[in-house]
Amino acid sequence: MAESANAPMAVSDEVAIQIQNMNKWYGSFHVLRDIDLTVYRGERIVIAGPSGSGKSTLIRCINALEEHQKGSITVDGTVLSSDIKNIDTIRSEVGMVFQHFNLFPHLTILENCTLAPIWVRKIPKREAEQTAMHFLEKVKIPEQANKYPGQLSGGQQQRVAIARSLCMRPRIMLFDEPTSALDPEMIKEVLDTMVELAEEGMTMLCVTHEMGFARQVANRVIFMDAGQIVEQNEPEEFFNNPQNERTKLFLSQILGH
Amino acid sequence: MSDTHAQTVAFVRDTMLPEQPPPASEAGVIKWMRENLFKGWFNSILTLLSIFFIYKIVSGAYPWFANGIWNTSSLAECREMLDGMTGACFSVLTERWNQLLFGFTYPTEAYWRPTLAVVLLLVAIAPVLYPKAPRKLMLFTAIYPFLAFWLIWGGTLLTPLMVLVGLIAGYFAFKKFERQSFAMGMLAGLVATVVVIWAGGVIPAAMPDVLALQAIPSRDLGGFMLNMILGTVCVSLSLPLGIMLALGRQSSMPIIKWMCVVFIEFIRGVPLITLLFVANVVLAYFFPPGSNIDLVLRVIIMITMFSSAYIAEVIRGGLAALPRGQYEAGDSLGLDYAQSMRFIILPQALKISIPGIVNVAVGLFKDTTLVSVISMFDLVGMIRGPILASTEWNGVYWELWGFAVFVFFIVCFSISKYSQWLERQLATDHR
Amino acid sequence: MSTISDPPSGSFQLSMLINDTRYRSYTFQFIALILLILAFAYLGYNLLANLQAAGLNISYKFLGEPAGYDINQTLIDYTSQSSHWRASLVGVLNTLLVAFLGCIMATVIGVVVGVLRLSNNWLVRQLMSIYVEIFRNVPVLIWILIIMAVFIAVLPQPRDFRGEDATASMVFGAFAFTGRGFYSPAPVFGPGSGVVVAVFLASIAGIFAFRNYAKKALYDRGQLIPTLWPSLAIFFIPAILAFFVMGRPITLDLPSLQGFNFQGGIFMRNSLIALWFALSIYTAAFIAENVRAGILAVSKGQTEAAASLGLRPGRIMNLVVLPQALRVIIPPLISQYLNLTKNSSLAIAVGYMDLTGTLGGITLNQTGRAIEAIFLLMLFYLAISLAISAIMNVYNNAVKLKER
Repeated sequence: MAESANAPMAVSDEVAIQIQNMNKWYGSFHVLRDIDLTVYRGERIVIAGPSGSGKSTLIRCINALEEHQKGSITVDGTVLSSDIKNIDTIRSEVGMVFQHFNLFPHLTILENCTLAPIWVRKIPKREAEQTAMHFLEKVKIPEQANKYPGQLSGGQQQRVAIARSLCMRPRIMLFDEPTSALDPEMIKEVLDTMVELAEEGMTMLCVTHEMGFARQVANRVIFMDAGQIVEQNEPEEFFNNPQNERTKLFLSQILGH
Repeated sequence: MSDTHAQTVAFVRDTMLPEQPPPASEAGVIKWMRENLFKGWFNSILTLLSIFFIYKIVSGAYPWFANGIWNTSSLAECREMLDGMTGACFSVLTERWNQLLFGFTYPTEAYWRPTLAVVLLLVAIAPVLYPKAPRKLMLFTAIYPFLAFWLIWGGTLLTPLMVLVGLIAGYFAFKKFERQSFAMGMLAGLVATVVVIWAGGVIPAAMPDVLALQAIPSRDLGGFMLNMILGTVCVSLSLPLGIMLALGRQSSMPIIKWMCVVFIEFIRGVPLITLLFVANVVLAYFFPPGSNIDLVLRVIIMITMFSSAYIAEVIRGGLAALPRGQYEAGDSLGLDYAQSMRFIILPQALKISIPGIVNVAVGLFKDTTLVSVISMFDLVGMIRGPILASTEWNGVYWELWGFAVFVFFIVCFSISKYSQWLERQLATDHR
Repeated sequence: MSTISDPPSGSFQLSMLINDTRYRSYTFQFIALILLILAFAYLGYNLLANLQAAGLNISYKFLGEPAGYDINQTLIDYTSQSSHWRASLVGVLNTLLVAFLGCIMATVIGVVVGVLRLSNNWLVRQLMSIYVEIFRNVPVLIWILIIMAVFIAVLPQPRDFRGEDATASMVFGAFAFTGRGFYSPAPVFGPGSGVVVAVFLASIAGIFAFRNYAKKALYDRGQLIPTLWPSLAIFFIPAILAFFVMGRPITLDLPSLQGFNFQGGIFMRNSLIALWFALSIYTAAFIAENVRAGILAVSKGQTEAAASLGLRPGRIMNLVVLPQALRVIIPPLISQYLNLTKNSSLAIAVGYMDLTGTLGGITLNQTGRAIEAIFLLMLFYLAISLAISAIMNVYNNAVKLKER
């Protein structure tokens, strides 16, 4: 895995996500301010920042879980508008992994993974199950397929959640603090899965505090504070030579011990 | 141990200590009594009072039960047999047994029909109550309502059969279109059901004698049977209504939300008895002129509305208890509203709501006795009316009311025990 | 550049009514509204057609006409010549009376039973859970009728109190429990009794003032003043002194047997008592469960934390457990009050003349104004429950735990 960090990442110039001048308010609270961001296909971006800086809100807007009030978001050429068809298209292109996994506790692991392919992608059940088993093998828990989420450890649940998203064959994956709710000994297994995914060239946007992960796989680190992008750079530069005072302060706090 | 290592802090145990019995005063019956009955003077007084109270009840009730007379045909005869002794005239129960169960106008030769319906009800309800019962029984559960209707009200079997066929047609139409969209499926299902029932309606009309039982009008229903019918029918009908009301109340669309809120709060704000008055004297005004909807049906409509409002509130609690992440996960996978409700939200919300729903069901079953106030002859109505007013049994209070208490207690207590059992089952299920 | 992602309004298409999140909800709501209006129009049309066919109309004039029936238990002046409106008012007051009495008694029984269910006495615990289970699982209507049957079948009639060989006697010479109802002494306020009442009210205010003073003493000077005995003293002594100083202005009017019935004192009809007791013991079974759940809801950790700070058990209860338990107990308690009030409409089963018995019973039957009478009846209960919910909301907002 060490070599993958050094290997230059092949990044195309095809645009995956284009965010222009996006603004969002909660009531009168201005959460996101003039966000401009272009994500290229195959890029792996880590978004860092203090809590309340709007990082989660940003990636939730991309998936239309939150509405933005101003500006535009274009995912794979589809403009995110209030048209339901566009929203559906974008959601099936974009997979999302949550901090608290959000697996469906009343369904088995396999059913968790096949529900959306069957009902949204209209894939026959047998085929959907084969796909699901494929991805469960990939996250290394095929033997748990018939258990319920409650019977799994946190790390396993999060890997299932990743597999569940992959079953929809997304072209972009969003991670919303995927390791924050995990016990320390389980963080690695989830990060390993994410690294593997990165090596296959998946376009990824990760909100995370795992700076080791950022150094290892990210092409770009974005630092957000007070609802705006304060600094973005390649990981080496970002960690070794931060420019903005806020970034320096944040890094000193997070890496200080 | 400290003597060997007195000088050093480090300590390694080389032999494990064996387990020892507790001191004698810490075990046995004596200890239990001291802890649970006579801990302090206040507790001891309470214990003595309780024992005195139990003694009073038992010494009063025992001879009454033991000397009970089971086989006379009137109170006078019974008193004569008792000859001044304390004793119960249970013979009122044996003599009026059929009236208590079936009311006083239900034809005697048809008693086997509701009896069979109750037995079959137990079979039909088993797969709903016990998750471990064979799944195939569900099929019987699905046809049971039609069978029970035929058994209790009589007439030709073709009528309920036609409705069943219509619903099956509707189900298949729904299945065919549901992948496209839930709304489409529902619409197709509805159209298919209505068309089949309407077109098929000529068949029972043309052949009223095929597989026919003696038709019995609803006004002849009575006794505990009426309580059972009202209870089961209204609870089953109010579940789907309650789910819809709860979803409506959670909706983000203000008009739909307010329609549901007004309905729910209105129903919950008035006593059931006023709704029964409505069923009795007002509801008929709202049906098309000339239509003649019988009282039992009107009462079923009002009680169903009543319990659906309460069930809606229970289910709303279940919906609110689900973490927001479940909704978001459904959204992020691209499921639409109907899909995420059907597959993700409702299965979990209903499971959380089961104890509450059972509570509403028990309350509703108890409330079915209120129909006696609008002169229907359910169990309470039978006791108050025809039996206590008869010359033979005028004055037999304790036996009759004791019987009513006993019957309702058995049914309601077992339902609530069942719900507690189910709650424990679900709690250890997978979490 | 500030491009808004939504297409400009000029390009509106009909399909957007269904497919666009902005219009979609309006479409659905519009359809729902139309359906609602159609349903109401249909019902209204049927109503008018049926009324016309029966030669009826909707009118509230009947409220002003003389009722023509007697009511046997009234709180305000009423004769059979009074209007239906007056009869309804009697009914309203009777409903409120039985609801008020019932709520108090249900609370007292419920709290006692609920606490006893947690007692460490095994026997008491079992007895209380038997009580709760039996009363919760049997319809309240049956309890009302049973208690009424006790009056009819068990209690002596007033005539049994007569003569030398009376089979029944009054308790303390002041209370009579008969099959018709209970007779108890009534206070008669003579001249000067105003002073006694005023002194009594002032001493209640004095208790509060004293408790405030004690609290202040504790907070300011760290001085703990006992409050129980002084409070009791303030409660009783001034009023009793005033009573004797003013020359015993308040006397009791004892019920006494006159002919075949008792005269004087306060008379509570058997139907009122049956309803009151039955509603109380039935509702108390539910309240007991709420109380128990509320006390259990305060985690053991809270008691342990308080104990580890060195508080004594009594103070732990008062300062830590109760304030938290009450938050859990009071909302369901209030909804039990509401249930009790609604269940009081069962009065009609024993002939107690509450609003359901007057307006919804005899008035309805005499005038035939079913729609109007039932509408007013529902409106009254609705108003009560809305008022109670409003109180509940105020309470919930007041005690809401301050949380992030």
